[in-house]
Amino acid sequence: MILQTIFFYLFSAIVIASALMVISSRNPVHSVLFLILAFFNAAGLFVMLGAEFLAMMLVVVYVGAVAVLFLFVVMMLDVDFTELRQGFLQYLPVGALIGIVLLAELLIVLSGWVFAPDVLANPVRPIPELNQLTNTEAIGRLLYTDYIFFFQTAGFVLLVAMIGAIVLTLRHKPRVKRQVIADQVGRSQKVELHSVEPGKGI
Amino acid sequence: MAIGLSHYLAVAAILFTLGVFGIFINRKNVIVILMSVELILLSVNLNLVTFSSFLGDLVGQIFALLVLTVAAAEAAIGLAILVVFFRNRGSIAVEDINMMKG
Repeated sequence: MILQTIFFYLFSAIVIASALMVISSRNPVHSVLFLILAFFNAAGLFVMLGAEFLAMMLVVVYVGAVAVLFLFVVMMLDVDFTELRQGFLQYLPVGALIGIVLLAELLIVLSGWVFAPDVLANPVRPIPELNQLTNTEAIGRLLYTDYIFFFQTAGFVLLVAMIGAIVLTLRHKPRVKRQVIADQVGRSQKVELHSVEPGKGI
Repeated sequence: MAIGLSHYLAVAAILFTLGVFGIFINRKNVIVILMSVELILLSVNLNLVTFSSFLGDLVGQIFALLVLTVAAAEAAIGLAILVVFFRNRGSIAVEDINMMKG
């Protein structure tokens, strides 16, 4: 029990500290690296809550894909980031005010509520005991049967995101010569000989 | 003192607040705003998993998985839009994104 307490405070302190560094770091590369640290420690919190599969998904999807994508974009774009930090202090008071109000509201809500008495007694899909079924297997049995529609919809969302990202960033450079097979096949004279000057092309 | 439901919820609330705060203080840097959105979605996921664990109900984890999917898609599309915008304008400052204003 004492170990659980220690690890909870360790993970949550690192999550909060690195989230603070994400939003206040001068260099966006450092922001991304602190984001990765935050995700790792949030995965630790997930493990403590018994959601091992989601913890591993968090590491694989967020750290392996999303954070690396962020890192790639930050390093690829040649942006003057010091210029972007102007107005940091200008927006700080109103941001801090709204943040404090929001946090106070959330903590007040948090401290003043209890579960209804019959909620704990009848969960919709109870978590099976770990010695009967692992977390991954339990999620799989639920996801591929009752929630198959949501699973497929999530797949479509990812497909649309992939196609959208490719369509948005695809760029045909005008100077690049491409092979058009239909034109080649559709020529009237199949074989031609040309005297080509060097370096010019036909 | 045992770690209960409200401890995890407090962590998620602080994380959510930091995400909102990050959007406010980094008004010009779109990349950090996108990272703040990721932090907010992470705090929501933490909330869902916490309730799932303490209520003994597996559906919360399914929902957290779907939120994870949407967050990944959102990051991919957002960064693609950012790359296209940078190609067109040569900057990623937020106040330049009012070109389409009529």
